[in-house]
Amino acid sequence: MPAEILEKEQLSKGVFRMVLSGPKIARKRKAGQFVVIRIHEEGERIPLTIADADPGKGTVTIVFQIVGKSTRHLADLNVGDTLLDLVGPLGKPTHVENFGTVACIGGGIGIAPVYPITQAMKLAGNHVISIIGARSKEVIIMEDLMRAASDELVVATDDGTFGFRGLVSQALEEKFLKPGRKIDLAVAIGPVKMMSAVCDVTRKYGVPTVVSLNSIMVDATGMCGACRVSVAEKMRFVCVDGPEFDGHQVDFKELMDRQCIYLGDEQKSVDHYCSHGRKLVGD
Amino acid sequence: MKERMQIPRQPMPEQEAGRRARNFEEVPLGYTPKTAEMEALRCIQCKKPACVEGCPVEVDIPGFISLVAEGRYIEAALKIKETNGLPAVCGRVCPQEVQCEQRCVRGKKGEPVAIGRLERFVADYERAAGEVAIPETAPKTGRRVAVVGSGPAGLTVAGDLVKLGHDVTIFEALHEPGGVLVYGIPEFRLPKAIVKAEVDYLKRLGVKIETSCVIGKLDTVDDLLAEGFDAVFLGTGAGLPTFMNIPGENLNGVYSANEYLTRSNLMKAYRFPEYDTPIVRGRRVAVVGGGNVAMDSARTAMRLGAEHVYLIYRRSRTEMPARTEEIHHAEEEGIAFHLLTNPVRYIGNDKGWVVGVECLKMELGEPDESGRRKPVPMNGSEFVIDIDTAVVAIGAGSNPLVQSTTPGLKTNKGNYIIADEETGQTSREGVFAGGDIVTGSATVILAMGAGRKAARAIHAYIQSREEKTR
Repeated sequence: MPAEILEKEQLSKGVFRMVLSGPKIARKRKAGQFVVIRIHEEGERIPLTIADADPGKGTVTIVFQIVGKSTRHLADLNVGDTLLDLVGPLGKPTHVENFGTVACIGGGIGIAPVYPITQAMKLAGNHVISIIGARSKEVIIMEDLMRAASDELVVATDDGTFGFRGLVSQALEEKFLKPGRKIDLAVAIGPVKMMSAVCDVTRKYGVPTVVSLNSIMVDATGMCGACRVSVAEKMRFVCVDGPEFDGHQVDFKELMDRQCIYLGDEQKSVDHYCSHGRKLVGD
Repeated sequence: MKERMQIPRQPMPEQEAGRRARNFEEVPLGYTPKTAEMEALRCIQCKKPACVEGCPVEVDIPGFISLVAEGRYIEAALKIKETNGLPAVCGRVCPQEVQCEQRCVRGKKGEPVAIGRLERFVADYERAAGEVAIPETAPKTGRRVAVVGSGPAGLTVAGDLVKLGHDVTIFEALHEPGGVLVYGIPEFRLPKAIVKAEVDYLKRLGVKIETSCVIGKLDTVDDLLAEGFDAVFLGTGAGLPTFMNIPGENLNGVYSANEYLTRSNLMKAYRFPEYDTPIVRGRRVAVVGGGNVAMDSARTAMRLGAEHVYLIYRRSRTEMPARTEEIHHAEEEGIAFHLLTNPVRYIGNDKGWVVGVECLKMELGEPDESGRRKPVPMNGSEFVIDIDTAVVAIGAGSNPLVQSTTPGLKTNKGNYIIADEETGQTSREGVFAGGDIVTGSATVILAMGAGRKAARAIHAYIQSREEKTR
């Protein structure tokens, strides 16, 4: 069904937050689930994690970063514009219970999907340590929200312009695991490299780790298998079996390769979009 | 009579093979009124027409053909529509050679009447003639029926029930109604404008269609019943891709047929970058399988610009489940058939892209449970075909979203819904099912037949409930 854009906010360079009308999805969704949007008739189906929802107002919040044509196009839209399709909630919700101490780790745009999980973990009675990171201070998003949802928050930047200097995986090890803090579960969402690095660290310390994968999808209802990933050497579909899996069992190398399938086409699509007089924003 | 017997089966003009293999326009061009009338004259109007017995929905075949012979095309279309709501679709995708035409008396000493081509002709004639007439519908009953899935089964149920006066809403997970007719069957075999015309016709009859609505996620079957639907029909299809579980299937460039065809058909990737969804345009493409989906995939690969398309099938030509016409068209278009051949692994490069498929030669052994001779691998017959794209088209499984969220809905070991063959009744009261989600992958016409029976049963169920509450 179509969805109107009710709010639009630029969070950092190339990163936007949008609030969409979606009353039923807002009521039904749980932490960890995602939606698929299609902007216009010629558009592709884009999976985006639900960053927040307000059942009272009937809204769903998405956060996205400009990477290819469709996200550029999305960023070109404004409040009052309508997306042709909003489908959801898709995927399995996060398994939430009182584990004890949970580390919620978000890298870059991955901070957005970590946010509702952080809220849910806190609500379930966990002591929540959050670690959020990005390249640099100006691209850290949702810091205030994450701080409010967590018991402890560490910000990490690759260039050291803010907080811990280094990767979130390093922050997790240096600030918590090496000093002997007991963490019962880690949830890591972000670029594949980042999730893979976090898993390398948590494996070393025996911390169970859940990752949320952002594979390429088409229908996102289990029909096409585009999103298939090897978990414990078994073929799983991210859209219906996930998006969350045991990070220690995921074949990240394969996932990284599969995310590159359409790199060449992505550029072609952007060129086509730009050559048709569409403005570029957010850069 | 004698003259009738001497008329040869009228060929249907088609796009020339070399040309059509590079475009997505429809291959057969259809009969003209003149050829249709000629062909119709070949029907000898049997008193006990065997062809009708061969039709899963029992179309009055001699009845509509005699109307064609008299030039009364619109009436002929309406005659078919008495039992078959989608003649333009069935005329194109039914396996007539194993149904109506197989039973045609004329086929015993020559060629059967081209029933499928005539069906297609009258349906196309009716559509081209303008607004298709809306039949009278029964007075509104005020009863509501939810139809889950808008493929052939769901469309049939919806059409039948709306005509009986019920308030029907179809819930479709994808953004476009039509199910396999839009995501699976390519434009060159079933133009999407035809599906759209059929769907628009249902809308004019009063059927409501909610697209982008995933039942099992947004609403469950129980939610629908609680919301006030009197009955629910499940026609969710066999849309789950199957892989062979051989090494290398997750390499880049290896597709399930579902993904390959969905990208090309539903998402129109063949018109990329005008449409946003990309597809790998391979130069050397292997397609694994021998059914209609395999033929569709192979012919799509050719149209996307492939230099070589290899169709790899583990049995021989006689066991191929595809329609004869599709096999014939694929060969004409230059698809290379590797029969009695089975892939054992895909070979990748260091970037994770497929570069080859290793195959084994097979020979036919004793008949297996399907009655077909079982292919047995020949030792030491391994060979490699260099490829850059592969499409796995070896069948599909049941969509699980509804079953896993509907307590008390009984399924069999393939996770297909258990439903009564005559009524579609499932283990849950008020919940009916039909089509591929019950039978496993079958044909459009069988799904429509199941839809027709279920519609009848749903109507009876609603009436019996009304009597009880009176």
